Amino acid sequence: MITEAVQERETYLNASHGIKSWLLTKDHKRIALLYLHTITFFFFLGGIFATLIRLELLTPKGTLVSADTYSKLFTLHGVIMVFFFLIPSIPATLGNFFLPMMIGAKDLAFPRINLLSWYLLVIGGCFALYAMLAGGVDTGWTFYVPYSSNYSNTYVIATGLGIFIAGFSSILTGLNFIVTVHRMRAPGMTWFRLPLFVWSNYATALIQVLGTPVIAITLVLLICERTLHIGIFDPARGGDPVLFQHLFWFYSHPAVYIMVLPGLGVISELVSVFSKKPVFGYKIVAFSSVAIAVLGFLVWGHHMFVSGQSVYAALVFSFLSYFVAIPSAIKVFNWTATLHGGSISYATPMLYAFGFIGLFTVGGLTGLFVACLGVDVHVHDTYFVIAHFHYIMVGGTIMAYLGGLHYWWPKMSGRMYPEGWAKLSALVIYLGFNLTFFPQFILGYLGMPRRYWNYPDEFQVLHVMSTAGASVLAVGYLMPLIYFMWSLRYGPIAGPNPWGATGLEWQTSSPPPAHNFEETPIVTTEAYDYAALAAMEEAKVG
Amino acid sequence: MDSHTLTPELQEQFETAAQQKEVSTLGMWIFLVTEIMFFGGLFLAYTIYRKEFAGAFELASNTLNVTIGAVNTAVLICSSFTMVLAVRSAQIGSRKALIVFLILTILLGGVFLGVKAYEWDQKFEEHHVPGPTFHLEKATADDQGPAQLFFSLYFTMTGLHALHMAIGEGLMLFLLWHAYKGKYTPAYYTPVDIGGLYWHFVDIIWIYLFPLLYLIARHKQH
Repeated sequence: MITEAVQERETYLNASHGIKSWLLTKDHKRIALLYLHTITFFFFLGGIFATLIRLELLTPKGTLVSADTYSKLFTLHGVIMVFFFLIPSIPATLGNFFLPMMIGAKDLAFPRINLLSWYLLVIGGCFALYAMLAGGVDTGWTFYVPYSSNYSNTYVIATGLGIFIAGFSSILTGLNFIVTVHRMRAPGMTWFRLPLFVWSNYATALIQVLGTPVIAITLVLLICERTLHIGIFDPARGGDPVLFQHLFWFYSHPAVYIMVLPGLGVISELVSVFSKKPVFGYKIVAFSSVAIAVLGFLVWGHHMFVSGQSVYAALVFSFLSYFVAIPSAIKVFNWTATLHGGSISYATPMLYAFGFIGLFTVGGLTGLFVACLGVDVHVHDTYFVIAHFHYIMVGGTIMAYLGGLHYWWPKMSGRMYPEGWAKLSALVIYLGFNLTFFPQFILGYLGMPRRYWNYPDEFQVLHVMSTAGASVLAVGYLMPLIYFMWSLRYGPIAGPNPWGATGLEWQTSSPPPAHNFEETPIVTTEAYDYAALAAMEEAKVG
Repeated sequence: MDSHTLTPELQEQFETAAQQKEVSTLGMWIFLVTEIMFFGGLFLAYTIYRKEFAGAFELASNTLNVTIGAVNTAVLICSSFTMVLAVRSAQIGSRKALIVFLILTILLGGVFLGVKAYEWDQKFEEHHVPGPTFHLEKATADDQGPAQLFFSLYFTMTGLHALHMAIGEGLMLFLLWHAYKGKYTPAYYTPVDIGGLYWHFVDIIWIYLFPLLYLIARHKQH
């Protein structure tokens, strides 16, 4: 009988109908779903390129594709995954859906701009797809000059324009989040009552707003250099190619934190709710997000230790890079302390959270290796670096994204996913991931450079392990795609709060009504106050 | 659209009109921060190359026409003044004055862009456009490259600034149309307010561009 009631109630999904009601929607929840579809498409597209890369690397000599095609494959894999999947991933989907709900708002501050930013991502994506279909681009996702400006005979401009346009999508999302958090909080929702997911998205938004314009101007200069030969990066006229690298990494290093900070926020939510304890040291975890955002702007030079920047600059960048470990470690330690003495449930989102903590720790610790000047000279541009950032981006961000997606799926869809399959997917992804990327640490340490289509015979065993792992990983990623779709029709109906979580988003029905709450909530308790939640439930029953 | 409504509809995500106004203003300020970072990349490139090639930059800078630049600076400052008066008129509910000052702002902006177009045209005639035909008199063969860098920066910076001016002109036309329809009242003139913020910001960019591009070596002439 509960089922009947849920079916008939008006929700954001059935408030209006037809394709137009989706393409012109101003509802942040619907826009989040538009994003979800878009980035899922780009994720699997980028995954196809990854598959081809791994297949080519099964054998030491080129067998599947030519060297030129291989260069295009890793470039498109990087461009699609970084700019069209990872950067929008958590903020634009889970953040878009839940940030307003968590602070008790009816919507983001600028709903129309929110819709515009989705369109910008799609338009940017179309440029990238055009470049891909027309013949691809082979510069690597980093677009280093002078290769990208003077020599590459591929679709650099179309790809650059695509990233430029998608960048404005990111800027507008960040702007929307900052204004929303400042001005749209419900009565009683003070800054230190905000869920940590909101804090981490706020810190992310700061980076999006301050960093992304710099990659925008860099791409404008690159396009001008390529079309008009303005000479800014051209040594023939006194220009400096290293300036490009400085400008590029001034954005692209902080962009790493655009990709991972929201994930850190998701994990804070998951660890708390599945151990039924407030996050240990709430304030310091909140501030550590902001600290990562700020420090992230001061370390870009660690990508350029061998690019001819001054030794003194390299020393300072190395020194500052170590500092990023402090707020990152604070998070890991505080999650562990939260677990201590908690009533831990091993539900699927928590399995993903455990996976995240392990992989993020490995990724973070190897970050210290590459921040070290001497070690970096040895492992620079090798598979060690590839493995390191995939532990953060894939092991970190994607685990957190999937964990968050499982956690909030009942709220978004109103239905539960099949728990057994979901647990299996978490396990398969964790194992597949480690089998794919751990051998790459060893490969890199032994001297296998990145971006090569062939390699000496003695590396083959490790490459075969990595490719085998990638196949397992692919199966792991396809599983949620299938059972999430299955659950939309056949999943058991989820109540408003299946996890017993404290956030405001769980105080409203699943799926939520069009304006999120029947009436504006008034917040009287701290975040993660499970005792108050229990008391409230009891009062309701009584 | 009902042109007789004196207060605009409150958008549904807000509780109060005051909240709606605060949100719009904060949004514009943050947007301007992103603009600072956007232009910042160019200012960085300028700073590095000017330090590296001080001589060539001074020679190249001296070929720019300071009088024209100064007149254009004055035009732009006047447009900021008329913009302030437009905001003030909206604040006190004088529709007629608002329309007049918006038109003046648009005209002054147009004058600026016209003068700028004339200056760019001159560069083509003087062979000061970076490319195969580039030649700077008085500069040594070694300095020709860096002098082109100066003009590349000149064109990129003034070009992007002009693009922002053109967008500003579009915004002003939008405001003018709505002012003409009587949409702005002392209770609601947020678009005029934040349009003004944008206009002043674009002016300030020019206030930095003018000395950096036109004035860097004037004292060495005498």
